[in-house]
Amino acid sequence: MDMKRAYYEDIELFKSGTIVFWTIVFLAVLVTFPLYMSNYYLYLFSLMMVYVIVSVGLNILVGSTGQISLGHAGFFAIGAYGTVMLMTSLNLPFFVAIIAAAFIAAFFGFVLGLPALRLEGPYLTIATLAFGLAIMHIIGHTEIFGGRQGLVAPAFDIGVPQLGWSYILGSMISKYYLVLIFTIVMVLIAINILKTKAGRAFVAIRDSDIAAEVIGINLTMYKTLAFATSAFFAGIGGGLFAFVLGFFDPFTFNLILSVIFIVMIVVGGLGSVMGSISGAILITYLMYDLFKNIGEVPIVGALLVAFSKQFMTITGMDNFNYIAVGLVMIGIMLFEPLGLFGGWIRIKKYWKTWPF
Amino acid sequence: MPVGQLLIDGLAMGACYGLFGLAVVIIYKTSDVINFAAGEMAMFSTFVAFHVLSIFGYPFWIAFIVALAFAALLGVLVDYFFLRPAKNPTLLGLIVITIGAQMLLAGLASWKWGAEQKQFSIPVSYSITYEPIKGFIISQWALAVFITAIVIVTFMFFFFKYTKMGTAMRATQQNKHAAKIMGIKTDRVFAFAWGFSSVIGAITALLLSAKTILDPGFMMEPFLRAFAAAVLGGLMSIPGVLLGGLIMGLIENFFGYVWPAWKPITAFVVIVLVLCVRPSGLFAKHYVKKV
Repeated sequence: MDMKRAYYEDIELFKSGTIVFWTIVFLAVLVTFPLYMSNYYLYLFSLMMVYVIVSVGLNILVGSTGQISLGHAGFFAIGAYGTVMLMTSLNLPFFVAIIAAAFIAAFFGFVLGLPALRLEGPYLTIATLAFGLAIMHIIGHTEIFGGRQGLVAPAFDIGVPQLGWSYILGSMISKYYLVLIFTIVMVLIAINILKTKAGRAFVAIRDSDIAAEVIGINLTMYKTLAFATSAFFAGIGGGLFAFVLGFFDPFTFNLILSVIFIVMIVVGGLGSVMGSISGAILITYLMYDLFKNIGEVPIVGALLVAFSKQFMTITGMDNFNYIAVGLVMIGIMLFEPLGLFGGWIRIKKYWKTWPF
Repeated sequence: MPVGQLLIDGLAMGACYGLFGLAVVIIYKTSDVINFAAGEMAMFSTFVAFHVLSIFGYPFWIAFIVALAFAALLGVLVDYFFLRPAKNPTLLGLIVITIGAQMLLAGLASWKWGAEQKQFSIPVSYSITYEPIKGFIISQWALAVFITAIVIVTFMFFFFKYTKMGTAMRATQQNKHAAKIMGIKTDRVFAFAWGFSSVIGAITALLLSAKTILDPGFMMEPFLRAFAAAVLGGLMSIPGVLLGGLIMGLIENFFGYVWPAWKPITAFVVIVLVLCVRPSGLFAKHYVKKV
């Protein structure tokens, strides 16, 4: 559709003026969001943006490099626990702690990438899944991590309290802005990684790892690099998650969360950054918000409550979001296998070539 | 350390994992789908048995037959409505579809029966024990598990070897397109494989529900272990998967006795270590991919 004449046109951040315009509009909406939204929606949006960071990172691994990971909740947990532990026990400032924690997560990603060199398909699935479960249980059984009771995040101080310069983010609005800045930076990094030598190596490995090796791509290096990069994103996301939630226990980071991450990027569209962002937003909304108070929706709610009382159980209504997410996942996979992004491309093509 | 006791319990648990692993492998072999919904499908069938038994008040054998019939129907329906319409699916796409089915079934089950734990008993008890050899205490439940496993595996052996459907399934496993050209209705083979797998899963879940509790999430952990056991056995041969399950059960029981706190993950750590050495499991030949 878009003809490129030079290499530099291909790696531009914004392909056209239209994209610049809509990006600015989108960012302006996000920046002015706190003016007209309640605290609850700020919390929900912060959560969405945290998941956007993770899914954009996971997309580098799954969508671009073609490896499967069902253990990203493990990296997410390392990020969350790492940041909080570094801040409380080593007294590091927030920015140092979150980046250090993300590097720890990246190191674990590198370690997980080593067995992944020889595994594929279901074997890789079970290995990464085992990693995620192991991290959850190790944290749950270690006393310094708070054990099963979990941890309470300390005061969200983004200054350097050791030097007497402390700046505590107390309100949800300030947390929202910090998460927003992190998200924009991480998404920009993700977009640009895919345009570097490493990013093209990832795509080559996805398309055919043997052919990639033949043309001189170091498989060992780039596969582990993909795992490490993706784990780094999950670590940053985890560090922010700890402060958005304020309290977390090891079972927050269970297998379901890893599965949800995969679902986000597949529903959004594998291999595209915009797809991962939209998938993360859609799935978070479905999981956490849409069916939260379904019993109080005017007509449908009353009908559902009556139906539940008659044939089902009323306590089980809380699980409605699982039914909805399951149906959305199956529907998108059946009718639009390339995800939301694939649907968007199709719509765009249709209008560009209309009436043909 | 009560070795005999641990051995028997481990083998019984392992036989359950092996059986459930077979349910996963039947589908994986015929249609290359890892069925993440296997656990929830079995859970749903167990709840149907619970409903017939406790709420309608019929005897156990009727509940058992109804549950198995429902399981077969459920498997066929999941294949017909969720997997067959998928166009040119990728491995990950199929996994996502089965995860979607899993969430759907889990949500429906907890909507229908509530998330709280249920009282459900099958005629074999865990507390009635026999001691044929000194030191080797075998409970009625373990005995039932062993007998069921032997019956199912023998049945599968003869089924795959001598029946027309079994031969058709093996042909489909080897080459889908060639099988189609030979006149095998592969769609029907897939539907049959899903129904068959779902029935085996339901039998295993009924056995497991006697040992654990019955709630909408009770098959999640056994499914993961069964999947791990199937991977350990190589995901291909039926004896391999069963052996993988038995090894898994033994490892889990012995390590779990020594370090109770780490019981839930020992088996998984062992799986990862084994996969590092043998990337295609213990009993499968590792094929190096050619260009």
